[in-house]
Amino acid sequence: MGAQNSDNNAAKREGMTRRGFIQAMGTGAVGASLSGAALAASHGNEPPEKILSAKDTVKIHLHINGADRAVLVEPRWTLLYVLREVIGLTGTKEGCSRGECGACTVLVDGIPRYACMTLAVEAQNCHITTLEGLMQGEELGPVQTAFVEEDAFQCGYCTPGQIMSVHGLLEKTPRPSMDEIRIGVSGNLCRCGAYNNIFRAARNAAERKIK
Amino acid sequence: MAEQKNSYYTQGLSVPETPAPGEEPAFWKQTHVVGKRLPRVDAYERVSGAAVYPSDITLPNMIYGAVLRCPHPHANVTKVDVSRAKKMPGVRAVITGQTPEAKKLKWKYNDYSGPLFDTHCRFEGEAVAAVAADTHFQAWDAVRAIDVAYEVLPFVADHNKALSDDAPDIHDSGNLVGTDEYERGDVARGFDAADVVLEQEYHTQSELHTPMELHGCVAGWDKDRLTLWESTQGVYAVQSEIAEILNLPLSKVRVIGHYMGGGFGSKLKPGKYTVLAALLARQSGRPVKLILTREETYLCTGNRPASTMHLKAGVKKDGTLTACDFTCTGPSGAYPAGGTALVDWQIRDLYACDNVRCASKDVYINAGPARPFRAPGHPQASWALEQMMDDLADKIGMDPVALRLKNIPEISQGRNQPYTTTGLKQCIEKGAEQFGWKKAVERAKAHNQTDTHIKRGVGMGACVWFVGGGGPPSTVIIKLFRDGSVNLNMGASDIGTGTKTVMAMVAAEELGVAPEVIQIEHADTETTQYATPSGGSKTVPTESPTVRNAAIAVKRQLLEMASEDLNVPASDLDYEGAQIISRNDKNKRIKVTDVSRLKKRGVVVGVGYRGPNPPKKSVNPFAAQFCELAVNTKTGEMQILRFLSANDSGRVLDRLTYDNQVFGGIVMGIGFGMTEFRQLDARQTGRLCNRNWHDYKLPTALDVPVDMESLPIEIDDPEANNTGTKGLGEPVTIPTAAAIANALFMATGIRFTRAPVNPIEMRRHLTAKKEG
Repeated sequence: MGAQNSDNNAAKREGMTRRGFIQAMGTGAVGASLSGAALAASHGNEPPEKILSAKDTVKIHLHINGADRAVLVEPRWTLLYVLREVIGLTGTKEGCSRGECGACTVLVDGIPRYACMTLAVEAQNCHITTLEGLMQGEELGPVQTAFVEEDAFQCGYCTPGQIMSVHGLLEKTPRPSMDEIRIGVSGNLCRCGAYNNIFRAARNAAERKIK
Repeated sequence: MAEQKNSYYTQGLSVPETPAPGEEPAFWKQTHVVGKRLPRVDAYERVSGAAVYPSDITLPNMIYGAVLRCPHPHANVTKVDVSRAKKMPGVRAVITGQTPEAKKLKWKYNDYSGPLFDTHCRFEGEAVAAVAADTHFQAWDAVRAIDVAYEVLPFVADHNKALSDDAPDIHDSGNLVGTDEYERGDVARGFDAADVVLEQEYHTQSELHTPMELHGCVAGWDKDRLTLWESTQGVYAVQSEIAEILNLPLSKVRVIGHYMGGGFGSKLKPGKYTVLAALLARQSGRPVKLILTREETYLCTGNRPASTMHLKAGVKKDGTLTACDFTCTGPSGAYPAGGTALVDWQIRDLYACDNVRCASKDVYINAGPARPFRAPGHPQASWALEQMMDDLADKIGMDPVALRLKNIPEISQGRNQPYTTTGLKQCIEKGAEQFGWKKAVERAKAHNQTDTHIKRGVGMGACVWFVGGGGPPSTVIIKLFRDGSVNLNMGASDIGTGTKTVMAMVAAEELGVAPEVIQIEHADTETTQYATPSGGSKTVPTESPTVRNAAIAVKRQLLEMASEDLNVPASDLDYEGAQIISRNDKNKRIKVTDVSRLKKRGVVVGVGYRGPNPPKKSVNPFAAQFCELAVNTKTGEMQILRFLSANDSGRVLDRLTYDNQVFGGIVMGIGFGMTEFRQLDARQTGRLCNRNWHDYKLPTALDVPVDMESLPIEIDDPEANNTGTKGLGEPVTIPTAAAIANALFMATGIRFTRAPVNPIEMRRHLTAKKEG
């Protein structure tokens, strides 16, 4: 974007805040709080069979990266906690635990979602994809390869979430415009400020996937 | 196998000559690996999830720690009752100030030393007790079950009120941490000689580091030996502090930090949490993972202190600066922590000026102590100085670029000694040229004459960074195996700047080995060599010459070994990467992998040490940044359209990671100038109002321009060190905010003296201007 851009752009860009991102992507903080309702809607509206206290553990089945896992969880445990501390899939990172930074972004039924704002019990019967799930054996997937080529990270801690957001974006929008890319990763903070290389990586990944 | 062996070498590329024993290596005239755009050697780990960060560690039997923190900015703890917490499910350790192992321990802030648990809590977020339980959730349940009584004390949260009579004393000594004064020439005479004298007050807000990975560690004991997996910028710095606090031999404290998710100065040292984790692990007999919550990191893991600055400056009509008089008040926080550290360095050193006076006052307030934050003090003073330069230029009708070029110093005035090299002039001159400064100014001014509510501005700023030359100590070991592959062993952390990658490139350059074949071992006090923390823009200029020395040590040994095989003196031999060849008789040659003693021993070990810096010379990086932006004068919204940063950081080792760091510095500077501020409720509760990323806004992907350009100004600097490198990480963020402010002035005619300028602040000023 150069200096020649139209005058309205300043207003438009600034107006697209994180709220705009959520509206556009249906993910993120609000997405997570909506997720219970959304899941309830998709699995019928019957009242719960049993009210669980925080201390009761329940056995749940999670469908993660193509494999089924049965785990005992407290109802208050987030999907993030279960992925990282129970199952050991530490590619998904914890940055804030309150739906602000996107380091914990995973795909839930193909849509980028903050794992810290999703309870593990809510994620039953959904298809969850984490960073590890983008690997093809020991080989990197196309978005990951693009991130390497474009040096789209520094410390690398937000990177799994950025990659998942780009992956989710490209699944829905295979040929994203620059604005779509920026909006697509605007729910993922990068304190090192590698945003420009992330934009390049998203373009690079789009080209790789189309080939 | 033979073909595989050969593939370890960069074929057909020459290798630098091996200096004779005792001789210094010659400056690289030409490089073959160094300077290229090489993806990181650890990129695979970072994008695949294979990289294990300290917060990713899980160990058998590991439990989780949590800390109870004082909710008041100033209070005395009168009671801590943990009886209920101890009985909570899963709880295995509880520690308070009364716990025998904790009672005698001290915690230090600079020269200040106090009890680890001080019943006099001087800031919100001070640790009062800690627990460890089977799960993270149980640990927090137990924290909430601890019964604490506080005697709440009056507080002061505004640094400008810290020294007033009605402010409560935070320490018995009062609220003044210290003062710093500097003077050269005669400021009064300087102002007399000026044609224009301006003065202005400037304010910057406290900025919080908030690296993506939370602060914390995993601590585990094997009898009397402590192992810490710590998210840190320096494993040896953590080792030495923890050994001192816990009274352990250095050899019994192992600190590992292979990966870390950002620090920006806030992870140069261990935290109180490190000690607490070790104590909880000791008491429970289990490894303890203690990772702070995001909210805790806002309260107690450091900040860039706010500043109230006053700058008076004089200039002649021809642009000669005649005098600068600068004062600053800044808060350390509740303990001595460098509230005004280095804040006047831009004034002392950046532009030529014979008459300079600086005075700063560091004060206590009831808030979390500062920690070094990317170029401590510098962005603050840059905010003042660079805006003042533009105002002076405006008053004498001179172009801002021309005014700066008029005042390029020949030596470091702050240190009164020459720089090894200074690229300040080239950064400004070539940066302006590449940016298209003159045309951009004309275009913006013409645009602003038209009837539109979207106004345009361009602005610039320049800087010097206080250090950036690195220096001893550092030790690096390079092992060359009998198949020609290489292992590089160094203690330095790679905090995301690409340290591992550029060091592999330096070793590859010297040894003629492909960088991919070099395996890096680093950031572990037990298995890697001593290094100071990665900070202060000194890692590359410290470690890269050390790596080069280690590689040369390997080559010298190989020449000695080959001389036995070839029956010629080592001084007659050239190391050429894959093979060693006699200078006098080109037929006498041997493949490195065929050298008998290498085959027998299996490995050659080369040790490199960092040599001294040049005496009586200053090694500093410089930068100039240029920005173009648009302001919606109806809504107050701003959009940065493009940025260019011209950097003199000596030789570029990896252009890919170099540019990345330049862009990252600009992004962080945008945060400092436009979005970030710590908001304390100074009038009512003294508590922190914005303790999360929702209320404390970092620049997002939508706040940064897509058009960013990095322009390296590479000046040969053989005096600085043997790789000719200077630091980059800090200068890239120093002048960013000021460049934005100058562009905002052109767009709106408003001088924004308070950072940050967010849309609300902009709107407020636009309204005030309209209403006159």
